[in-house]
Amino acid sequence: MKTLDHAERADIFNEDEKRVDWHDETLWWIRQKRDKSAHQIPEWEDLRETASAIKSNTLSNLHDYLLEFEKNALQNGVIIHWAADAKEHNEIVYRLLKEKGIDKMVKSKSMLTEECHLNEYLEHQGIEVIDSDLGERIVQLAKEPPSHIVLPCIHKKKEEIGELFHEHLGTPKGNADPQLLTEAARVHLRDTFLTRKAALTGVNFAVAETGEIVICTNEGNADMGAHLADIHIACMGIEKIIPKREHLSVFLRLLARSATGQPITTYSSHFAKPRDGKELHIILVDNGRTRQLGREEFRNSLKCIRCGACMNTCPVYRRSGGHSYHNAIAGPIGAILAPNLDMKQYADLPFASTLCGSCSNVCPVKIDIHDQLYKWRQVLVKEGYTTTAKQVAMKTMATTLSSPALYKLAGKAARTTLKYAPFMVNNKFNAWYLQRDMPKVPQSSFGEWYKINRKKNEQ
Amino acid sequence: MNSRDQILAAVKANQPELTPLPQLDSFFKGQETALIEKFTQVLNGIGGKVIVVANTNEIISLLKENYSLDQIRVISPLASMQEIANNNIDNHNPHALENVELAILPAHFAVAENGACWLDESILLDRVLPFITQHLILIVNKVNVLPTMHHAYEKIGNEQYGYGAFIAGPSKTADIEQSLVLGAHGARSLWVFLV
Repeated sequence: MKTLDHAERADIFNEDEKRVDWHDETLWWIRQKRDKSAHQIPEWEDLRETASAIKSNTLSNLHDYLLEFEKNALQNGVIIHWAADAKEHNEIVYRLLKEKGIDKMVKSKSMLTEECHLNEYLEHQGIEVIDSDLGERIVQLAKEPPSHIVLPCIHKKKEEIGELFHEHLGTPKGNADPQLLTEAARVHLRDTFLTRKAALTGVNFAVAETGEIVICTNEGNADMGAHLADIHIACMGIEKIIPKREHLSVFLRLLARSATGQPITTYSSHFAKPRDGKELHIILVDNGRTRQLGREEFRNSLKCIRCGACMNTCPVYRRSGGHSYHNAIAGPIGAILAPNLDMKQYADLPFASTLCGSCSNVCPVKIDIHDQLYKWRQVLVKEGYTTTAKQVAMKTMATTLSSPALYKLAGKAARTTLKYAPFMVNNKFNAWYLQRDMPKVPQSSFGEWYKINRKKNEQ
Repeated sequence: MNSRDQILAAVKANQPELTPLPQLDSFFKGQETALIEKFTQVLNGIGGKVIVVANTNEIISLLKENYSLDQIRVISPLASMQEIANNNIDNHNPHALENVELAILPAHFAVAENGACWLDESILLDRVLPFITQHLILIVNKVNVLPTMHHAYEKIGNEQYGYGAFIAGPSKTADIEQSLVLGAHGARSLWVFLV
């Protein structure tokens, strides 16, 4: 079965125009909150520059930092695991649960486990997983993936959530009051926290110098899960390392302001040692990250701290929705990370952009996102992963542009066609025309105009 | 070769030439004004409440006014709070804290720029207490309101804690249509007393 590409999925999302407008405006509102928050910090640009430089240093010395982190974490009594890929990561989690005879687990947000499809894997093995972040719980009940890395159910209307909660949590039918629905989730998940023996969390930052990990939430769900469980499993990509504890100051100042405009998340929890008598496991996952590290043009994508600012600002993301990216991480950053995982499957994503550069302008670690989107396009065309139509069009264009005679002829032909036979291009076979009007026809080309006007001027 | 060695070898082979770490010194300059006002404004803005008091007696009488203290479970490690709270908990059974209504905890310091307070394991009785309690009270010495997160980590230094957290406001979510709701999974309210 052919999977739908970004444009096809965006078409489906755009069938409901009112919903697209609402989605667009909601995300833009969050972008504006980010601006307001950033503008209150005079040294904001220095912070971005510094964060980017810290991440550059991290990537350039990652081997030693990983060893340092491992050594310090082990000294703290943490158990460290290494996973080469998603499969090995999932198997480690399952083995840890199985060894303890645990068949129910509570989980807080982790985009890495989305990337590894952990929930599906564990459910297949007979393990029940309950997501505890409210937005993630909502999409889990709806049997959907998150559509945004920070705001998992940003695509859902409250009436739909009310309906889901009525069905699964027994809230009154037709009630879509966010306060009431949140309270229902609080009661339901409190019982989950109190009865689960295993908790899985993501990791925002891992400090090489101290061996500690930092987890940021607003709800307090990571802490509720981890502190009440016998075993806490924290999963992280190897790029989550930062060199020193003092560097947390830079990243914690940037993260929440960039994400939602908050000055900091409600909780920034530092886990260094397990509780007395309990276990803390950290799984360090590669899953393509070392390959991306070796791609000079794309390695900066590993600096990402998962704030979602590039999605909130992206005109394409806002109007196509997170699900159209068919990848755990949507938006501009997802579009430069995904082709590293599978060029064929994600060849469409770097084209889901206008290259306007807004993503790069808001990125707190100054990733050159739009440049990388452009560079991925070149790689994907060269490697033959784009559609034949796109390749033929590109080749024809290259030939035409490199020959003055062909260029003049093509220009003339286009003007004649648009003037006398517009139906030849204004039809459904022209992908360009589907969402746009063709340009008005000029009387002549610039070359022709210049020839006449220069003569006039010389006279 | 096991996965660990394989990953480390691949990192070593693919990491670029070493680049220098930046200095953070410049972020400490020019940040020292009206810290209590700033902290109060920011924490109020994110759903918390800041109350400046002269002494702990004032805290006790304010809590008596606002909570039916004899009807709810109140936990605090502070000797000065034992009139209205107790510190008798079983660390081997954090689940038994599920009925705590009010927790009164000291915080090491507060941060003006974001309304956060820092608590490490040495003063919070049990890691889950500030989260599982329905309402949270933090007490901070007025002189310990720091300007920014840079000052915060300078103060934490090389402290060897097992666990520590910045707490900024009550637990909250805006996952349903971006409507802000206080009291997601952690404390429903947060008051910070500056003494």
